[in-house]
Amino acid sequence: MSEPEGRLQAPHRRVDQDAVKALARHWRAAGLAALVAVAAVFPLVAGGALNILFGTNTLIYVAAVSAWGLFSGYTGYISLGHAVFFGTGAYAVGLLALHQHLNGDVIFATLPLAGLAAAVVAVPFGLIALRARRHTFVVITIAVFFIFQLMAYNFSFTNGTAGVSSAFLNWDPATVNNPFYYAALIIAVATVALSWQIRGSAFGLQLLAIRDDEDRARGLGVRAMRVKLSAFVISGFVTGIVGGLWFYLIGQALPSTVFDPAFDLTVALMAFLGGFGTLAGPVLGALILEPAQQQLTLTFPNGYLSEILLGGLFLLVILFLPRGLIPSAREWLTAGQARLARRRAARQPPPGEAAAQQAAAASRGGAA
Amino acid sequence: MGRQLYEAIVDGILGGGVYALMAVGLTLIFGVLDIINIAQGVLVVLAAYLSYVLSVHLHIDLFVGLLVTVPAMFVLGVAIQLAFIRPLRGSERTSMSLLASYAVAIIIEGILYTIFGAGVVQLHGWYVTSTVKLFGFYLADIYLLGFGLAVVLVAAIYLILYRTTFGRSVRATMQDQTAARLVGIDVNRVAALTFGIGVAATAAGGMVFGALNSFNPNSGYDLISRLLAIIILGGLGSIAGALAAAVFMITLESVVDVLWSPSWAVVVFYGALVLVLTIRPTGLLGRKEARAQ
Repeated sequence: MSEPEGRLQAPHRRVDQDAVKALARHWRAAGLAALVAVAAVFPLVAGGALNILFGTNTLIYVAAVSAWGLFSGYTGYISLGHAVFFGTGAYAVGLLALHQHLNGDVIFATLPLAGLAAAVVAVPFGLIALRARRHTFVVITIAVFFIFQLMAYNFSFTNGTAGVSSAFLNWDPATVNNPFYYAALIIAVATVALSWQIRGSAFGLQLLAIRDDEDRARGLGVRAMRVKLSAFVISGFVTGIVGGLWFYLIGQALPSTVFDPAFDLTVALMAFLGGFGTLAGPVLGALILEPAQQQLTLTFPNGYLSEILLGGLFLLVILFLPRGLIPSAREWLTAGQARLARRRAARQPPPGEAAAQQAAAASRGGAA
Repeated sequence: MGRQLYEAIVDGILGGGVYALMAVGLTLIFGVLDIINIAQGVLVVLAAYLSYVLSVHLHIDLFVGLLVTVPAMFVLGVAIQLAFIRPLRGSERTSMSLLASYAVAIIIEGILYTIFGAGVVQLHGWYVTSTVKLFGFYLADIYLLGFGLAVVLVAAIYLILYRTTFGRSVRATMQDQTAARLVGIDVNRVAALTFGIGVAATAAGGMVFGALNSFNPNSGYDLISRLLAIIILGGLGSIAGALAAAVFMITLESVVDVLWSPSWAVVVFYGALVLVLTIRPTGLLGRKEARAQ
C-alpha cells in the first residue's frame, strides 16, 4: 500500500518525486517529535486531574488502536474481539494486585504480566479463529469475546458481577493521574514504534501480502498461519498491557467494563477514521475521537444523545471518507502534486525541445 | 428430570423457530449483498417496540399490528440499504458495510433509549398469559402461535425465492452477481428489495421475541450475537443451514439451562459455535468461501 504511484510516474519526474518524499519524511519526523513533545508537557500545562485523566484515556486508546492496527490493519482480518485481551490483562494484574496486596510504583512493573497473560490467551484464540476468513473470522472473534465476558461473570475466582478492585493508591489526589499519564505515553509511543518497525520489516510485508491475497501469498511461500498468529499474539500482548494499565487507572475491573463490546467497536472505528492499514491512522483516529467522545459524554450526561451523534459521525466518515483521513489526505496531496506537475510541464517546453532551441541559439550565436 | 429435559427440548424447538425467522432474514441479506447486517439485532428490538406502541397506545392486537409493522420495517430496510449500504464501493466494501450497519445500530439504539428509556418492557396479549396443555405439560399459547407464524413466514420466503421470477433473480444474484447482471437482472433493485425483506422478517421476529422475553434497547447486542452465531454455524448464505442451526442452538441452550445452569448455557452456545467452526470453518451447510480475502 505504500505509495505505488511512484512507480507509475514517468522516469524524468522521478527525481522530483524522491525529493518530495525526502522532504515529507523530514516533516513527518519533525511532526512526530513535536507531537511527542506536546504530549510530554501536556500534564504540566493542562493541569487538573480531570484533564490529565482525559489525556491518559486518549493515550490508552492511541496504544490500543495501534495494537489493533498492527494485526487487523496489516492483515485485513478485522478483529472485534480485542476486548478479550484488554479484559484478560486487566483481570490478570487485578487478581495479582488483590492477592499480593500490591501498592505504589511497583504496580507498573507488573504490566508486562498483563501482556503475557493476554498473549497466552491469544495463541489458542488465534489458532481457532484464524482458520476462518472474512465475516466468519469477525464472528468468531465476537463469539470468543462473549465466552470470555460470560466466564468473567460466572467463574468464582473472577468474583462475578462484583469484579476485582485494586488497593487504594495513597498518592496525592492532585497528581495521582500523572504516573498513569506517563506510563500510557510510554506504552503508546512504544506501540507506534513497534508498528512502524513491523511495517518496514519482511514480517510486515508478509502481513500485507496476506491482506492483499492470502492464497497467492501462501503460494509465494509465506507461512500464512504462523505469520498471522504472530501478529495476533503481538497485538494481544500490547492490548493486554493497555488493559492492565487501565485497571490500575480506574481501580476496578468488572465483566461489563473490561470485556466491553463498545471497546472493540470504538477501536475499529478509530482505526477506520484515521485510515485502515496505515501507521499514523490509528494514532490520528484515537487523538480525534477519544477527546471528542469524552467531551460529548461531559456535555450530554445521559449518554444517549452522544451515542446517536457518534453513530452519525461514524456514518459520515464511512460515506464521505471511506478510506479514512490519512489515505484520503494522501490522495488529495498526490492529486495536488500531479496538478502542479502538469501545470509546470505546460509552462516549460519539454526537455528535448529545450535542448534543440538551445542548440539552435548556440549555432546562431556561433554564426554571428 | 426426564420431564424437564423433554420440556426444555420442546421450548428450544419452538423458540428456535422464531430465531430461525430472524436468522433467515440476516443470511438472505448476506447471500445477496455479501454483507453482514449488524443492525439486525437492534432492528428486532425496534420492531418489538413498534408492536409495543401499537398495542399499548392504540390497543391493536400484536398479530394484527404486524400488518403495520411488517411493511414499516420493509420500507426502513430499503431506506437503510439505499442511504448507507449502496454508496459503499471499493475493496473495503465488506468491512465498511459491517461498520456502516453497526453505526445504524447504535443510532437506532440511542433513539430507542431517548424515547423509551432503559427500563424493560414486555408485550402483552391474551395468548401471552393463557396456556395450552401439550404432551402433558403446560405451554404459553404464544410459543405455539409464534412458532406457527415463523413457519408460515419462512415458508412464504421460500415460496418467494423458489416460485417467483423475483426469487429467481435473488438466487441468481446470490450465486454470481456478475453473471446475474449479464443476463439482465437489475442487481441493485434485487439488493434493495432483499434488504427490505430481510429487515421485514424482524418485524414478526421482534413481535414474538418481545412477547416471550422482556427487553430494553440494549437487548439488540445479545440478539445479534446469537443470530450471527446461528448463521455462521449454518453456513453463511444458506437458508436451510440457518433454520437447522437456529433450532439446534436454541434447543442446546435450553437443555443446558435445565441440566446444568442458566449462566453457563450461553457459554455452551458460543462454545458449540467455536467447536463446529474448528472442524468445519465454513459452517454446517456453507459453501467454500471465495478465494480473495
